[in-house]
Amino acid sequence: MSHDHDHHHDHDHDHSELSETELRVRALETILTEKGYVEPAALDAIIQAYETKIGPHNGARVVAKAWSDPAFKKALLEDGSKAIGTLGHVSRVGDHLVVVENTPARHNMVVCTLCSCYPWEMLGLPPVWYKAAPYRSRAVKDPRGVLADFDVTLPKDMEIRVWDSTAETRFLVLPMRPAGTEGWSEEQLAELVTRDSMIGTGFPKTPGAPS
Amino acid sequence: MNGVHDMGGMDGFGKVEPEPNEPVFHEEWESRVLAMVRAMGAAGAFNIDTSRFYRETIPPHVYLSSSYYKKWFLGLEEMLIEKGYLTREEVAAGHAMQPGKTLKHGKFDLGQVERIMVRGKFARPAPAAAKFNIGDRVRAKNIHPKTHTRLPRYVRGHVGIVELNHGCHVFPDTAAMEHGEHPQWLYTVVFEGRDLWGEDGDPTLKVSIDAFEPYLDPA
Repeated sequence: MSHDHDHHHDHDHDHSELSETELRVRALETILTEKGYVEPAALDAIIQAYETKIGPHNGARVVAKAWSDPAFKKALLEDGSKAIGTLGHVSRVGDHLVVVENTPARHNMVVCTLCSCYPWEMLGLPPVWYKAAPYRSRAVKDPRGVLADFDVTLPKDMEIRVWDSTAETRFLVLPMRPAGTEGWSEEQLAELVTRDSMIGTGFPKTPGAPS
Repeated sequence: MNGVHDMGGMDGFGKVEPEPNEPVFHEEWESRVLAMVRAMGAAGAFNIDTSRFYRETIPPHVYLSSSYYKKWFLGLEEMLIEKGYLTREEVAAGHAMQPGKTLKHGKFDLGQVERIMVRGKFARPAPAAAKFNIGDRVRAKNIHPKTHTRLPRYVRGHVGIVELNHGCHVFPDTAAMEHGEHPQWLYTVVFEGRDLWGEDGDPTLKVSIDAFEPYLDPA
């Protein structure tokens, strides 16, 4: 990630002077538009959807529902796409979503060592670290070391299962419901569900703890 | 291909650096690149496997020193040139100099946006019965194709257990090269961490990949 940083901070605040990359990207869009391949307004609409509609709140609603409704949880673990498809209001979801459950005996973590496969419809676009070399290289070999970078420690004897997303299947972690949330509504529970807890690099927030 | 993109198990890249309150895009051009890739893919200029292969063929030193969306941009530009959707002269000029090629699904306009917000379907009818059952022991083949594959290096030659069967899916190895979908059975295969990383490996670790049937032998 450090190279990303070095790169963009050079240019952030000076829009009068475009970087080489910005110029090349603009040129490509101009060509694609002039050749009649794309409508710029359609590109705007794609960007707007990823900036405003699709994000971890979608996955959080699914997790909160699974914590509250045992029948839904069972269906979700059996066929993630099908179960989420029944919640039309949460998100539209494609095929091949597999939901994996954390238990006191097993912690799940998701990576894509070959590129950046990630459950976009549930979590939005992946963060930079998920797509960068440190995470992709180390998650399958030293996941506890990776978790330490997130200040996460697992019990020594807990099984850790890493799911490398090497095909068009997508994985969503169902974290354990935090203690002290008995009687909470789905809306309240959803507030505790973090993006990282659904990747497996974090836990849900604890009730009452400062966020 | 045995490219630098196949990162599982490599050392030396340092700590993971989560960024608090990370924005969806760090710069505006990143969002334009994402949108162009999605739009041109949806218009039928290329499939997802081909687009991955073009990013994998970025020279290793460029791959490692480019940000994520820069890699997407480099892969997209080269792919569109090689597939005949634009020319190097047009890229140099920054303008179209000849009419566009016909796109399989037509121009990507506003009416197309909604359909790409749900992932495409990759399941296909099965051409034959599945070779493996849940619980079978399988060995990941020791293959090193120069072209696209989704079998990561770190599992090749190792024995794992079939845990899930996802049905028949488009085979990326042929689809990426535009040699057809050739649907194959797809399984989750789980490996013991110590089988992959030796005696010093984490004894509590299990790692799974999703493996297409041609990647596997009975063990």
